[in-house]
Amino acid sequence: MFYDMVSKSGDNRQYRPARGRPNRQSKAEMMKRVLTLLVALFLAGPVLAQGGPLRLTITDGVIEPITFAVPSFEAETPQAQQVAQDISRLVVADLAGTGLFREVPAAAFISQVSSFVQPIAFSDWRAVNAQALITGAVTARGDQLVVKFRVYDVFSGQEMGGGLQFAGTTAGWRRMGHKVADAVYSRITGEGGYFDSRVVFVSESGPKDNRQKRLAIMDQDGANLQFLTDSSTIVLAPRFSPNGDRVLYTSFESGFPRINVLNVASLGRQQLSTAPGEMAFSPRFSRDGQSVIYSLSNGGTTDIYRTDLATGQHLRLTQTPSIETAPSLSPNGDQIVFESDRSGTQQLYIMPANGGEARRISFGEGRYGTPVWSPRGDLIAFTKQNAGRFHIGVMRTDGSEERLLTSSFLDEGPTWAPNGRVIMFSRETQGAAGASALYSVDISGRNLKAVPIQGAASDPSWGPLQP
Amino acid sequence: MNVITKATVLILVLATAACTNPNRFGAGSGGAGAGADVGVNGAGAGGVGSVSDPSSPMFFNQTIGDRVLFVIDSSAISQEGRAILDGQAQWLLTNADYRAIIEGHADEQGTREYNLALGFRRANAVREYLVSRGVPSGRLEVTSYGKERPIEICSQESCYAQNRRAVTVLSFARIS
Repeated sequence: MFYDMVSKSGDNRQYRPARGRPNRQSKAEMMKRVLTLLVALFLAGPVLAQGGPLRLTITDGVIEPITFAVPSFEAETPQAQQVAQDISRLVVADLAGTGLFREVPAAAFISQVSSFVQPIAFSDWRAVNAQALITGAVTARGDQLVVKFRVYDVFSGQEMGGGLQFAGTTAGWRRMGHKVADAVYSRITGEGGYFDSRVVFVSESGPKDNRQKRLAIMDQDGANLQFLTDSSTIVLAPRFSPNGDRVLYTSFESGFPRINVLNVASLGRQQLSTAPGEMAFSPRFSRDGQSVIYSLSNGGTTDIYRTDLATGQHLRLTQTPSIETAPSLSPNGDQIVFESDRSGTQQLYIMPANGGEARRISFGEGRYGTPVWSPRGDLIAFTKQNAGRFHIGVMRTDGSEERLLTSSFLDEGPTWAPNGRVIMFSRETQGAAGASALYSVDISGRNLKAVPIQGAASDPSWGPLQP
Repeated sequence: MNVITKATVLILVLATAACTNPNRFGAGSGGAGAGADVGVNGAGAGGVGSVSDPSSPMFFNQTIGDRVLFVIDSSAISQEGRAILDGQAQWLLTNADYRAIIEGHADEQGTREYNLALGFRRANAVREYLVSRGVPSGRLEVTSYGKERPIEICSQESCYAQNRRAVTVLSFARIS
């Protein structure tokens, strides 16, 4: 996968080992002697500790976006002209869409990068205050596409990581753009990316008292939407398997809520067997994808169960007369966070994965539901209902450091981006004309935005990074 | 820890299994693909027969009342609800050819999962009441639509009060 590296000589005449900040002439002068030394060191071998490589640490505080420039990727074959431009624009859209990066528009560029292999005139990019520069080249032959790219820390004049290339099909050009953006995001933040991932959700249409619902899947940015079921019956709350090959969801096709397993590629469906008189809903896969944890209602009570998909063995995990639902496993699979109204109102609890004593972790004002364990294991996202408003929030796994990220008439059902840094959820507007839409927000509470989807949507489940 | 092993965990979903009760009458929610005999919105759908015929589903739905309402977060049956359910029980005992599915519903104030469980709790409370009045439990099934099928669509208590309901939906099926 690694693309062979070209000379890293670049333009080091104005090398400045500072963090990505606009160059200051006086400092550059002062550092001339130091520079000579550093350049020599650089040419002699890999540079070890730089004074301040370009690095964005995602914290809870205010972040000044990193500025970046993406000159349109070079088209290495005539056929690649359009797609090279499209991929460049998608990389820009992905990065700028995070709110962590700000594009330096092409109109401001002093120099262009007409060839992927030519040395970079870093001074020209410093002059337009681009802290990061992303160059690339695209080859298209038939339906085959190859994209290669490099990322530079403009102010240090250093390449960040080696060049990379991705091969795919022209039809899948968006995925290749997302992969480039993921790599850039990773190199600058040190976090995993999330652009090349998909979301399964419920597409909604029709009036509020006769809502039509069908499962749909899309890229995380709303592109490539496909329907997975028709709208002949109510479907709810799809959940991706850990590797994205299957989706669990609740269907009313029997007239009773039942859990289906849908194969994303073949669209083949199977139903989790449920005895007459029982309702099954709120399913999630175990981390190995081999079993399902879910709620089963029988005789007025709702408890949490686990069923092994291969053997059919059912294990009852809670035994209380109250409502226990919305189970979500920890990343290492040893604990389950869920909601229960055993105290009188909905609250969050954690228990061992095989059942046993549960400890309550939510103690704030209001009611807490739909807990979802972060893929990083550090946080639990939840829906909170308090004083007539709904919120999406996060808390540590011991219930401390609760932070509400949103507030509206009705926000619910958080799902985590694969890197555990962004949360997507449903937001429904008030009144007879109320409709649901998908939104995303950073775990810091910043960058709240609607996911662009044609039509109404609810119940998102964010899948893994694609291979 | 109960371990219940079932012979078959996964059964194929039959494409034709649109509804387990094709002969249902009246105000049931019946899923999104509402058939001709299912009044999705409830209030206007009276069922078949004549209001003046005490053995007709229409009499059951309109004269006796096919639904009971609940207060927020509760599955307790009110005094008024008990009177309606007494009538339902009497009718079901008299008209032994009918079965019923009790559909529980919630208003939109609450998460989807919790509301499904709450609707189930309400439907089950109605079922238990009807059984306590002598209706054979085998003739009564329960399901829940949570907040998925409101009949009133404003976001105010006047609508919410109508949506927090359990509806007894008749179906015609001779008990063998």
